[in-house]
Amino acid sequence: MDTDVVDKVTHYLCIGCPLGCRLEVEEDAAHVIVEVRGFSCKKGDKFARQEHLDPRRMVTTTVRIENGLWKRLPVRTKEAIPKDKVLELCQTLRTLTLQAPVQMGDVILPNALDTGVDVVASRDMP
Amino acid sequence: MDSARAGSRQDGGNIMISSHSTHIDKAYDVLVVGGGPAGMAAALGAREAGADNVLMVDREVEAGGILNQCIHNGFGVHHFKEELTGPEYAQRYFEDVLDNDIDVLTDAYIMDAYIRTGDNHKQVKIMSGTQGVKLVGSKAVVLTMGARERTRGAIRIPGSRPAGYMTAGLAQKFVNNLDYLPGKRVVILGSGDIGLIMARRMTLEGAHVAGVFEIMPHANGLNRNIVQCLHDYDIPLHLSTTVINIHGKERVDKVAVAPVDASFVPDMSKSWEIDCDTLLLSIGLIPENELSRQLNLRLDPITQGPVVSSSMETSLDGVFAGGNVVHIHDLVDFVAQEAHLAGKQAGAYVVGQRPPADNIKLIAGENVAYCVPHTISTDREHTVYMRVKKPLEKSWLKLGEVYQKPLRYVVPAEMVSLKVRPRFLEDFHGDALKVDILPREEQ
Repeated sequence: MDTDVVDKVTHYLCIGCPLGCRLEVEEDAAHVIVEVRGFSCKKGDKFARQEHLDPRRMVTTTVRIENGLWKRLPVRTKEAIPKDKVLELCQTLRTLTLQAPVQMGDVILPNALDTGVDVVASRDMP
Repeated sequence: MDSARAGSRQDGGNIMISSHSTHIDKAYDVLVVGGGPAGMAAALGAREAGADNVLMVDREVEAGGILNQCIHNGFGVHHFKEELTGPEYAQRYFEDVLDNDIDVLTDAYIMDAYIRTGDNHKQVKIMSGTQGVKLVGSKAVVLTMGARERTRGAIRIPGSRPAGYMTAGLAQKFVNNLDYLPGKRVVILGSGDIGLIMARRMTLEGAHVAGVFEIMPHANGLNRNIVQCLHDYDIPLHLSTTVINIHGKERVDKVAVAPVDASFVPDMSKSWEIDCDTLLLSIGLIPENELSRQLNLRLDPITQGPVVSSSMETSLDGVFAGGNVVHIHDLVDFVAQEAHLAGKQAGAYVVGQRPPADNIKLIAGENVAYCVPHTISTDREHTVYMRVKKPLEKSWLKLGEVYQKPLRYVVPAEMVSLKVRPRFLEDFHGDALKVDILPREEQ
């Protein structure tokens, strides 16, 4: 139980454009957002709330592949996954070794880390 | 006649991006030098404009250029209207190239280019593993060689010369294509996007990135990359700080860094050392213009690329250029857009449909480092790209006395574009226009 009675302020850097607004999200003791400050357009407000409540990232990495044109196959998550699962997913993918050929869009790892999101090949690998 | 066409779809639908082309023994309408995003866009542009025989040559084993190692997403928002990874972007574009009957020759290097006297045709000397050295003729040439990275020599970092320092793009190729992790404890010099992307990449592959150092007082990469590549992994970014020495005998074992003053002179008394085995350099790109120099093209000392007309034609009749070989772009979509225009105009040149010649020279004025193209005409709309020297929050973009528009912000890392419409120039009878980006006072 959070006993902090003072509102908590978290800082974010807006990624919407090169202005890079310094965003502040203020929440109360019950983790409810009280106010978002520092944005100069709607994008900033939206970004700050998303980053605060449910930060997600698209993961792009490579997996070892044998008998292909190159030794690594670029892969991606089909959609963004929760940010705190990114490193674990990369560790999991480092244990795999694939065999060429592979086609763009082929599922390399279904339902990665139970996120419901597949990891797919980013290109054909003849 | 054997075709040089490569990349026909295999039975399984797998696109062979690599080419083991058999024979080149015909003359071309348009020859494209380089098969990266610019080359592919130029080749497609040439076909659209009516050129029948188009050849695209690349020195790698497959087309796609740098996109094949840029495995991160964020490409194609403008062109494909969705966020793609580099390899996806390359493959989609290359499918278009194949669908448009463009000959592709990979694993081949253009050693020299000549203008044939008499008929003004161009010839290039190509060296390839399968065909040896060949002279190939073409009516028009499009230069799309792209750029290469600046190296340690470009900024003269003192110290020893051990293994372990390299450009960020080379490390990217090692990690993403060649299955080779170049180091475990990494320092990155330069906060350009490639440096930031590699900070994340090395981290995801299990290396420790001690920090990113940037000599300028501001980061050079996109805010998105600052957040998603550095903040996400708690990698510190040190602004106004640079690497002043590289230590190590066989292998890099540490680097010394120091803060710099306003004129970029390091303060040695405040320097500190960082243990590391690898130093990655992300300190900018230089247009790759060896071939342009061999052709004696007029080059712009600021962009370090060819001087081009609004048709992306260089100082040599029938030789066009587009993409990073002309000037360094921010986004691959802009590279492709510009090179597409170069290819289209090369095609128009071949079929005898050149637009009227340019009659107005553009001059980079206040706070404008350069403008591309270097000249425009009054008969049609042109898009002029420029880069500012210093950031401004609110400014006016002024085209001589004929037009001005307010800009919300300008930064050197983001190209500014201006659509010049014929109506702006209706009452203009001069032969040169100055482009300024000036501070705008609040009314």
